[in-house]
Amino acid sequence: MTRYGMIIDITKCTGCYNCFLTCRDEFAGNDNGNYAAAQPMSGMNWMKLIERERGQYPKVKVSYTPVTCMHCENAGCIKAAQNNAVYRRPDGIVIIDPVKAKGQKQIVSGCPYRVIEWNEEKQVAQKCILCAHLLDKGEKVPRCVESCPTGALIFGNLDDPKSEIAKLMASNTTEALHPEFGLKEKVRYISLAKKFIAGTVIYGDIDEVAGNITVSLSGDGQTRLTRTNGFGDFEFEGLADNADYTVMIEASGYKAKSVKAKTLKDTYLGEIVLKK
Amino acid sequence: MAEQVLTQCTVGGPVKVTVRDGKIVSMRPIIFDKTDKGGWTIEAHGKKFSDPRMTTLNPYVVGERMRVYSENRIKYPMKRKHFDPKGERHPELRGNDEYVRISWDEALDIVTGEIKRIRETYGAAAITAMASSHHNWGLLYYKMGPYPRFYNLLGYTELLDNPDSWEGWHWGAIHAWGYYWKLGHSDNFDILADGLQNCEQVMFWSVDPNTSAGGYCAQDTTIWRHWLRELGIQRVFIDPYCNATAAHVGEKWIAPRPGTDAAMAEAIAYVWIKEGTYDKWFVENRTVGFEEFKAHILGETDGQPRTPQWASKICDVPAHTIIALAREWAAKRTMLACGAMYGTGGACREAYATEWARLMVILIAMQGIGKPGVNIWGGVAMGAPLDFNFKMPGYASAGWDAFATVAKKPAYPNYNKVTQKVYRILLPEAILNPPIHWRGEGFCGQYFDQNLKAMTYPEPGPNGAEIKMIHRHGGSFISTMTDTNRWVRMYQSPKLEFVVMQDCHWQSETKFGDVILPASTNFEHQDLSEWTAPGGYGHGNAGTNHRVMIYQHKCIEPLWESKPDWQIYRALADRLGFLEEYDEGHSEEEWMRKIFDYSDLPKHISYEDFKKKGYFVVPLPDDYKATVSNRWFYEGRPCDTPDPMNPNLGTDKAHLLATYSGKIEFVSQSLTKFDPNDKERPPMPRYIPSWEGYNTTKLTKKYPLQLITPHVRFSYHTHHDNKNPWLEDIPTHRVKKDGYAWWPVRIHPTDAAERDIHDGEIVKVFNDRGAVLGIAKVTERTRPGTVHSYQAGAKYDPLEPGKAGSIDKGGCMNLLTPSRLVSKNAPGMACNSCLVEICKWEA
Repeated sequence: MTRYGMIIDITKCTGCYNCFLTCRDEFAGNDNGNYAAAQPMSGMNWMKLIERERGQYPKVKVSYTPVTCMHCENAGCIKAAQNNAVYRRPDGIVIIDPVKAKGQKQIVSGCPYRVIEWNEEKQVAQKCILCAHLLDKGEKVPRCVESCPTGALIFGNLDDPKSEIAKLMASNTTEALHPEFGLKEKVRYISLAKKFIAGTVIYGDIDEVAGNITVSLSGDGQTRLTRTNGFGDFEFEGLADNADYTVMIEASGYKAKSVKAKTLKDTYLGEIVLKK
Repeated sequence: MAEQVLTQCTVGGPVKVTVRDGKIVSMRPIIFDKTDKGGWTIEAHGKKFSDPRMTTLNPYVVGERMRVYSENRIKYPMKRKHFDPKGERHPELRGNDEYVRISWDEALDIVTGEIKRIRETYGAAAITAMASSHHNWGLLYYKMGPYPRFYNLLGYTELLDNPDSWEGWHWGAIHAWGYYWKLGHSDNFDILADGLQNCEQVMFWSVDPNTSAGGYCAQDTTIWRHWLRELGIQRVFIDPYCNATAAHVGEKWIAPRPGTDAAMAEAIAYVWIKEGTYDKWFVENRTVGFEEFKAHILGETDGQPRTPQWASKICDVPAHTIIALAREWAAKRTMLACGAMYGTGGACREAYATEWARLMVILIAMQGIGKPGVNIWGGVAMGAPLDFNFKMPGYASAGWDAFATVAKKPAYPNYNKVTQKVYRILLPEAILNPPIHWRGEGFCGQYFDQNLKAMTYPEPGPNGAEIKMIHRHGGSFISTMTDTNRWVRMYQSPKLEFVVMQDCHWQSETKFGDVILPASTNFEHQDLSEWTAPGGYGHGNAGTNHRVMIYQHKCIEPLWESKPDWQIYRALADRLGFLEEYDEGHSEEEWMRKIFDYSDLPKHISYEDFKKKGYFVVPLPDDYKATVSNRWFYEGRPCDTPDPMNPNLGTDKAHLLATYSGKIEFVSQSLTKFDPNDKERPPMPRYIPSWEGYNTTKLTKKYPLQLITPHVRFSYHTHHDNKNPWLEDIPTHRVKKDGYAWWPVRIHPTDAAERDIHDGEIVKVFNDRGAVLGIAKVTERTRPGTVHSYQAGAKYDPLEPGKAGSIDKGGCMNLLTPSRLVSKNAPGMACNSCLVEICKWEA
């Protein structure tokens, strides 16, 4: 059997928008029969890129999260449609039938990920079809995957244990964008941005950075250790949202210092000055 | 349904073009097949890194079909309504006139009539013409083919380019390390393997390869910078803006005030000298002038040691961060990711940018440039294993006549009878206020002192003449040059009797033309080329994983009434009586065959098979031997890199650089000879406070924010913005509000709060030179006091059309940048030395 899925590796996404633009290139103005009606020449976003700025000057990161149809096993759109207008193919790809779905605007709101859009001109709900029209012609990957310059989009057969995607799925490093929806998504992510706490440690007496010293973080039921780098910087990544943490900094010959932080947002604690 | 898949090439990567019923319906990268060669694997630290078996695309090229079919295409020949070549010309209406459609015959008659009249009245020197960079792609039929061959045969005043993307390297670094034939850059041969295997850290100093390495090379090297992360190679970014690459792979972001990077560089040298952590063997054996530099850095010359504390006050970066930076650099084998093509950034386009660029050469020299893991690696964006001995000319290989390589009669060099020259960045002054004087003959790659040559326009004597006619060929200087209201004033001058604009799209500048000629894109004619390769001074500049030769098929018929540039100039040459000389009786494809035969392609593939397959990947020889840039110099061997233009090759100086001393010069012997008292580019580089910056306190009272305008990410200069509407849905590029797609202006939250500016509000950015509207993006990615907005917004949209200084709604930030040059003898543009104020726009 072939069952398709996709993994999006956030660490490799540079925010170049090739996936978004390529999707338009494939579908805007191009009718694909039973697979999908032509997108209007502008305005639809079957592949979106969510850009999130993290941290504060001068400790800033940017995360880009491509978001598209998750081809869920428990697809809300299938339930929302009448007349079997939305269906799952044996290979797992969820398709909105461009003829049967005519006029069925409720399909759009059937998706909690909000990745279905309404084509006003054609009066039909539309979304990503994982380029099923190309796969059926023997192509190996959807257009967005092909145009990703860093291989951040990994596509393949989940049922082939030798495939890269199957190995990654088995590695337990992937997650759904919104596991709380409980939809059994076929599109999953690696390294989704969580929250970070970072800081820079300075020896106050000599006004130099404190490199290679131990920093610990406790909170949310865990304790983590790290060491500052040559710039005196430390960083704890992948923290829970809205949790209370305590950062403890210790260097021999200096008074230990603890700083509290709450991860309502990514937090740069700034320069933490150690005193003798 | 008739469907064909054809190949083409663009400024952002080669494409496979699907054409259905005569219409382009999609474009894709090229996926290599099993017969394609050129593969490589680099082993580093137990991991293997191999070339992706495909080409990549830049984002704006993904939407290229929208640009081809853009509503902003120039569809028909046009004449300005109030321009009458036989009567009143109304130059004052340029920029605010209507256009009427005319026939090709009428358009060509007007153009040739004016060429004849102006030549007869004022002489051939009264005509100038100029392309701008990169509005199409090709070899024969691109910017250095049809237009310069026509004008060189005719005779015209050459309009010299300024090296607008790397000024400081061109006008400065040449005097530190030679490399004039590289226009001030080092080459970057085989540095990828060296970097992955041997370096522990990369300093990305004023460079954003995820944005600008894409120029030509698409996104082929983006994955390399991810490999750095996989290997744990530390990535440090020095830039007032947390740029696109820093946002992806940055570990440490250090943000000096714009214009102060040179001070930070001096402080790094201070720490190294004080702590003895520089390569003393290299300094002693491969450089000259260190003792004088050392005395200067330690304050023995002027009483001011260049300490981190001293630099901290200037750069607004903590002294302990500068000390840490210097120590990290000295402790780790470090690549400096600037100083090569695709490694250019804002610090080389500012007042006294020569100083920063030379200090970069000095810093990497102090760490022993050329030894394993220590080198110049522009943007980490060049240096894959590639066979540069495979012969294929680039568009610039033969200079200003791409046909010259294979022509019976080359039109360049030494053909143009007009010796007068004028300079792009000073063109408005040349027209409005001659005479003008400057130093340096444009791109100064011919001989060492070319960048010091004294130039005057009009040329004194009987051969000079004031320019009366401009023929603009593609692109827009409004929004890519500086203080571009100057162009508005220039075009409205009665001294310009005739302006012809030839382009594919309505650019910001097009509406200043008297006659407009619609050119077609390269998808509407054929050509053959090598992806990314300019040839000439750019020989070996390949920021790609492969060398790929492309047969550029004609995909569609020319749209509307547009014509390929080649056909337009043929028609002009025919009317002027030199068609036979111009095309030598050859068809478009016959010229292509000549280039094919000249190249090494026939050794591997027949013309017919090449045309059918559409591309060819240059194989890597089985006995490929890496020759790392600058390694030969470090080791004292004759240069062994594939750098055929190195003037020392085959001489007893082959192991030396091309500086006067043959070594890296802390104190430049060429500048000492030129003018030892030049305070603005002294023989020894140093931080010189900008003529417009945080330190010019009289001006900062009025305009307290520093504006930086780096190269744009989602357009190649002005060539995609305002042509492909899809780009307007990318919020990094433009943001739609109230039915208009606004240009983002990035401002730090503290500066925004002081001005009661909120994210997504329309703001006015202004100074004495102009005012531009944009949409506020309140962001932590720009340092406080600095405003970031990309250059090259291609939608000059003045609220009062035709009025110089009008508020522009479209985002042409270069209306605000200063026209003052880098320094008195370094005639580069200094767009990043720009003070502005910002306020909400409520009109």
